[in-house]
Amino acid sequence: MKNRREFLKTAATGAALLGSSAAADKLGFAAMLDQHAEAAKSKVVVARDAALHNASGQLDEKRVLDLLDRAMAAYTGRDKQAEAWKRIVPVGKVIGLKVNGLGGKGISTHFALVMAIAERLQQAGVKPGEIVVWERDARSLEACGLTVNTDPSRVRVYGNDVAGYENEPVAFGTVSVKLAKILTRECAMVIGLPILKDHSLGCGVTFAMKNMYGVVERPQDLHVGGCNPAVADLNCIPTIREKVRFTIGDAISSVYDGGPSFHPERLWYPNALIVGEDRVAVDRTAWQMIERKRAEAGMPTLEAAGRPPRYIATAADQAHNLGSNDPQRIHLMEV
Amino acid sequence: MFRLNWKWAVTVLMIVAAAAGAGCKKRASDPFPASGAVAGWDKTSDTRVFAAKDLWQYIDGDAEQYISAGVVSTSTSDYKYQGQLEAVVDVYTMNDAAGARKILETGQSKDAKSIQLGDAGVAYSQSVIFRKGPHLVRIVAYESTPDTPQALLALARGVEAKL
Repeated sequence: MKNRREFLKTAATGAALLGSSAAADKLGFAAMLDQHAEAAKSKVVVARDAALHNASGQLDEKRVLDLLDRAMAAYTGRDKQAEAWKRIVPVGKVIGLKVNGLGGKGISTHFALVMAIAERLQQAGVKPGEIVVWERDARSLEACGLTVNTDPSRVRVYGNDVAGYENEPVAFGTVSVKLAKILTRECAMVIGLPILKDHSLGCGVTFAMKNMYGVVERPQDLHVGGCNPAVADLNCIPTIREKVRFTIGDAISSVYDGGPSFHPERLWYPNALIVGEDRVAVDRTAWQMIERKRAEAGMPTLEAAGRPPRYIATAADQAHNLGSNDPQRIHLMEV
Repeated sequence: MFRLNWKWAVTVLMIVAAAAGAGCKKRASDPFPASGAVAGWDKTSDTRVFAAKDLWQYIDGDAEQYISAGVVSTSTSDYKYQGQLEAVVDVYTMNDAAGARKILETGQSKDAKSIQLGDAGVAYSQSVIFRKGPHLVRIVAYESTPDTPQALLALARGVEAKL
């Protein structure tokens, strides 16, 4: 039971979240509390467009921008895109877009999505040279359809192979890694742009948190024990925790088994974006999406296959506290 | 004089024989067909080779299964069919045929179609996987067209012939 001070604090916060006391009067007190409870949850938006791919599997790139707009409008509550983006990114700072091109050309962050985000960032006031699209190396960027560019008058695109890694490792829990200088020195904020994949070697699912394996020098050292607790530990490293503040997850296409490499026989088209600030809630949502597809394909659950993504629960535990793994505490919006 | 010449001749013969023997040794095979060697297919990148310890640079996250199956080296190259269809050819050379068999058998899904290629092989609509001796070959196309299955199979036969 709450004491009086806690109650007043809660009520005041609720009113503030609603925007005004007039709004509270209009909705009524019970509704206000409901809104507060909803606001306390981690919001995750899943935006879909069934027509994103045509019958022969060709992506209609023009629809990707519309899908992104819908996702961001739903997440921020702002229909005007410039306003929506200003709620997410600081203007006048360097924004990193960490894509994932590890799986090769067939299963990497889509070029159309990267371009759509870069366009909206610029419309929100971010200068082209303040946008850095990055991955581990030039080849991984090429897999996303991107070409290396270090000209600061345009959107910059380059890898850790160009910028290098810090000399001194940083550590949290079981991991000790050298971070990419693009993360430590260039970017004020990073938006993760992972692509949804099954991870057949113990990890289960690779998405928002696992995407951070691309910001360290030796990711191959972090795969033991199904990447648990390495994924959670890695995301707790202060630079990663503080700078990587938003995920626009690419579930335009995905592999539901045999990942993280490209297996066209297990390719499917969720035609979706998964968006949110809480990386744990985003990963949990993505995991469930893979499970539903596996069930539809008559495949065992990841648990039954011996590779549940345990790192997601670890990331939510008290030692890590990176976000919410509890579906009761995730506000899932499907648009 | 004759005795000296005879010794000299034997020495020369031994050197020639040794040189010829070395020349007859099978060279490390290059399994990648050159552009035009298989009708319609062009080799569009240099061949990249990864030792087992560096395989993560190519397939981080997937490397472990190949390492545990005894991969020695991996070679890869990009191809294009009729200037349109892009594909990649990966050749994993294992310690022995058992390693190649292990990878082929664990990776199969229900819709795999058996093909007569090498020691064993399977085909899907966008990929062909086969093994021959210690080699495991995986050829993957990035899109599905009506021509893709036959084009991939032709390229796979081209690779198989060079192993």
